[in-house]
Formats: sequence, C-alpha cells, structure tokens
Amino acid sequence: MSRKKLLLAAGLSLALPAQAETLYELSGKVTAEARYFTQDAQFPQQDYSSNLSFTVEPEFYWEWNEGIDSLTFTPYLRVDENDNERTHVDIRELSWIHIGEDWELRTGLRKVFWGVTEFQHLVDVINQTDSVEDFDGEDKLGQQMINLSLVRDWGIVDLYLLPGFRERTTIGKNGRLRSGLVVNNDLASYESSAGENHIDTALRWSHTLGDFDLGAYWFHGTHRDPKLLLKNSNGTTYLAPYYEQMDQIGFDLQATIDSWLWKLETINRDTQSENYWAAQGGVEYTFYGIRNSSADVGVLLEYGWDERGENADAAIQNDLFIGARLTLNDVDSTEMLAGMSHDLDYDSESFIIEASRRYGNNWKLSLDGRFFSSDNPADLSYNIKQDDHLQITVERYF
Amino acid sequence: MTVLKKSLNSLVVLGLMTAPLIASAETAEEKGTRIAIEAKASDKGWQDMQTSMNMILRNKEGQESIRDIRLKSLEIENDGDKSLSVFDKPKDVKGTAFLSFSHAVGADDQWLYLPKLKRVKRIASRNKSGPFMGSEFSYEDLSSFEVEKYTYKFLRDEPCEGGTCYVVEQYPVDKNSGYTRRVAWLDQAEYRPWKIEFFDRKNTPLKTLTYHEYNEYEGKHWRPNLMKMVNHQSGKSTDLTYSDYQFKTGLDDNDFNKNTLKRAR
Repeated sequence: MSRKKLLLAAGLSLALPAQAETLYELSGKVTAEARYFTQDAQFPQQDYSSNLSFTVEPEFYWEWNEGIDSLTFTPYLRVDENDNERTHVDIRELSWIHIGEDWELRTGLRKVFWGVTEFQHLVDVINQTDSVEDFDGEDKLGQQMINLSLVRDWGIVDLYLLPGFRERTTIGKNGRLRSGLVVNNDLASYESSAGENHIDTALRWSHTLGDFDLGAYWFHGTHRDPKLLLKNSNGTTYLAPYYEQMDQIGFDLQATIDSWLWKLETINRDTQSENYWAAQGGVEYTFYGIRNSSADVGVLLEYGWDERGENADAAIQNDLFIGARLTLNDVDSTEMLAGMSHDLDYDSESFIIEASRRYGNNWKLSLDGRFFSSDNPADLSYNIKQDDHLQITVERYF
Repeated sequence: MTVLKKSLNSLVVLGLMTAPLIASAETAEEKGTRIAIEAKASDKGWQDMQTSMNMILRNKEGQESIRDIRLKSLEIENDGDKSLSVFDKPKDVKGTAFLSFSHAVGADDQWLYLPKLKRVKRIASRNKSGPFMGSEFSYEDLSSFEVEKYTYKFLRDEPCEGGTCYVVEQYPVDKNSGYTRRVAWLDQAEYRPWKIEFFDRKNTPLKTLTYHEYNEYEGKHWRPNLMKMVNHQSGKSTDLTYSDYQFKTGLDDNDFNKNTLKRAR
C-alpha cells in the first residue's frame, strides 16, 4: 500500500493516541496532448494546424479520526500553445467530508455528477462546464457547496447550498473549436442583482428499486448555460454571456435488465425568457465474450429532444446518436469507442472515435479523432465544421 | 430456501443418527450437495471482513502487471454477500470502486464509481465469465460461494494437502457462467478448498486454482493468503495474495451504498 501513516507529533500522540493519526496521500497525473487539425481554420486568428497542450493535476488527500473526516485538494493547471484562455488554473476539488452513521456532510469546492445517458448530460446541473478543455462539455469546474447527504430506507436525499457561481470558461480568439465571434467574459452580466454571489439551492432524491435506479431533483439558482448577447467593446463585437435565474426539475432513470441498459433523462427548465421540456433517452446493449474471447462490444442508441425545436439555443434539439464500444478486457485495458450524431433538423453530423490503452503500470495513451459536417449557418455546429482533428494524449500517473 | 436448508440440515442430523442405514442410500448428487451445505455452514457467522488484495498478472513470456485492491464485505443471511472494492493500482484506475450486492439466485446488483467523472454507473452483471481487471480470475471466481449457485456430484475421497479431501463436481446453475463444470477438492476436517479445476463451455480443461497458506480467524474462519490461478489454454497466470484480514470490524448495511461507493478510495 502506498499510503503513508504519519504521526502528527510525538508529544500530541501521547495525549491523543488514536485521533492524532493522520493518513496522507499524494497521487495525480500529468498529460501531454497534441492536436492536428486536418482542415484550414474557418475564422481569422486561428491560423494553425497543430496545437500542443500540457496539464498537471495532483491530488492531496488527508484522512483523520479513522476516516470519519477527510480532506481532498486537487488543483489543476493547463498550459496551451495557442489559446491564452485555454491556459488556465482551477481548483477541481478542495473539500472536507465528515461522515455520520447515516449521513455525511461535504463542504468546499466539489464536483457532482447526475445522470445516466452517454451522449448528453441534460440533468447534470451543479457544476459549470470548463468548456476550454474540450468541446464535448464533459469537463467541469469545481463548485463551492455545502452538501448534506442523508441515507434513508427510501433513498438518498441530498441537500445543496451553493454559495456563489462560476462563469463558464470560453475559448479565446486564438483557439479553435469556437464560434465566429469570441465570447468575452469581462462583459458577463446577470439577471440576479446578487450577480455571481447568488446563493443557489438544490434538493435531490435518488434510489434503487430492484433493476431500476432513479433520481429526481429541483434546482433553484443561476443558469449554468449563458445566453449570448452581441456587445461592442473597444470597437470589437463580442458575444457577452448573460446568466439568467432558473428553476429546474429533473428526472433520471436507468433500468438494468440482463444485457440491456435503458436510460432516460428529462428536465423542465423555467427561466425569465422561457419554460420548456427537454429529454435524452436510449438504450445500451452489450455482447459479452465476442467469438469466445474476453472482449465485449456495447452498442448505444440515444435520442435527444428539446421542446423549443430549431429555436433552441442548445446544440441538441432533435438529434440521434449511435455508438459502439469495444472493451478487450485485457491486461492493458484496451478500449475503443466510436460515436456518431445526426441532427435531424439541420442534417449536420459529427463523428468521434476514441481509443486508449495502458502502457506498463503508470502510462496511458489515447488517440481521438473528431469530424464534423454542417451546411446550415443556423446550426450551432456550423461554427466548428472546419475543426476536424486528430488528438493524441499521453498520461503519466503518479 | 431457508425451509429447504432446514429440512436438508435435519436430514443431515437424521443421517448422522442412522448412519449405517442411510449412507448406502445417499446418491453421489446428494452427498455432493450435503458437502456444499456443510462447507457453507462451517464458515457461517463471519459477519464482516476487510482485507487487501494484491494481484500479479503474468503472461506467457513472464511479463508482470500489478493490481492492488482493498475489499470490504458483509455477510448477508440467506443471500449473497455485499461487497465494496476499491482499486489502488494500476494508478490510472486509482479510486475506481465497485459495489456489489450478490444474490444466491438471479442477477447481482452492481455499481461502478468512476472518480474522474465523479459518476456512479449501474452496470449489467450478466458478464460473470469476463476477466476481472484483465486477470485470469473471472467475476464469478471472485464472488461469494452460495450453495444454490451449483448442482453437485460427489466423485471420490482423495489425499490432499489438507489431509483427506472430498472431490466434488460442481455444475453452475447460471446459464451465463463461463464453465460447464468445476471439480473442487475440499478437506474433510475444515471444508477448506485446496484446488479447483475449471472446464470451459466446450468442457475442455481451462484453468486450475490452488489455495495456499491457510490461516484461521476468529476460531473457525479459514482464509488462504495466496491463490494461484493458471490458465492452461493461454499460458497466463495470476497470483492473488491477501493481507491484513480483519473480521467482525463492525461494518453494516450503511457501509454499502452509493454514498460509501463515492468516497470509498
């Protein structure tokens, strides 16, 4: 075991024998990422075809009171060759957990994931997207919170108090995979007079009933997705984020039956400007032990819908997704995922392929390819139609 | 099932009382089942257990790969156990945790926690025959022994490392098992397994598992420090070493839910 046991102080340990024992652990990873864009850029100031980027993400962990209390600190740094906005620092996690018999209190900057689907995370609402990381919205910024979690026979109840809001990171003028106009975060404004200091609240219930895992929640606070308004600053036109207040209810369900996973996420979002429903649902089926090997192949099919249709400022309003995942279950954890999305309103498409494997005990290599096609300027993905790229990522864990 | 167990237990008692008469009437199938029931009963009452597992995976060329896992499990009366495993190595999966409610009959309930995404995923448990972390142990090899998981046939008595062993053939009930049958060697004194031979779906010899360095805990619970699995078809092998066994540490249902899964580390 790599865990080091430290006695805080010899004198103290005599007075407080058990309590003074603190467990400390350091782990983490560094990565190097290279992107090669296969087409010329669509917008000025994006005039390059390759990009290098490096990240460092250590995790410091302390545990005391025999695990009843723990503290995790995960700072994050990315340095990017071309995009100054993508070069950024964040605290992914700085949180203290205190555990009771059937409850726990989690305080600090944390990440929370809700949801069941793969191609879109509609119900996942607590954390702001760190959108300079990647265009898929999977990366999140740490959110400050006090979260009381209660375990009951009838499910787990989570109460959240979220003091303060974090603005979405946005790709800078030299970055690719952005819209034609650059988003200027200095021009951000809020519906709430409290601005970014609004205290948001959320209440979630989740439970398992036999083959079904389900969750429902209510969120009240600042909308994580900004409206983008046209604004002028020093003679340049920018997109200015405007953060509305919202009330959102959400529901997620997964049925796990034999080799089938049935998934559904749905939300109702109520803001000053609109009230609408959206949903993402689908199935995943896995073929185990292909041709008497240990390899598994999973097939995914999902559909995303937004009541607002083509008026939606969301990229997914009437979109179909298909994917296949190959897992070799070998010593090196070799995996491959291919996915395609098709927008049924705009006929635009995107195709992604991801492959990864471990080398030795501490290295991991990933290869990704992302390809986009769109002919309709009204479609949000029209902005990135010339940003097809291949990406190689080397990760070193410590 | 309780009723069945009780009646089987009373049959066993009856059998002991009238041993000379009944012994000849007991079929090989009945004797195999009786041994399984007695083996399960002999280890009953361990309540909860914590241990560390180290796996060394070796391929045909002798290249090694390491897995470190910490395991907590909870004994559930009349059903399969609950367990929570946390991966420490390899480092890219560090913090990944696995929660399983196994059932004597039917599919297990399983959840996986992915620390990078902070996501808990319910996973299909149909994949019993798949390799665990790329090792020669499959998920079903590592799940708790339940009488109902097999039908049995007693083959013979045979000298073994633990003295004299019952040699019993076990036929998996689950159609998703990777085996047609297993042949197990259990010593007559303590019902400890010493060897299991696995036969694949075509009934060809696939793997051999041997148990080493047994220790007795809490006066009746025998656990091996080392389990060696050799795959005869691929030439690969996995050594599984257990350390720091602890019993009756006070774990209960509250230690096995999605909240504990998320902070298992």
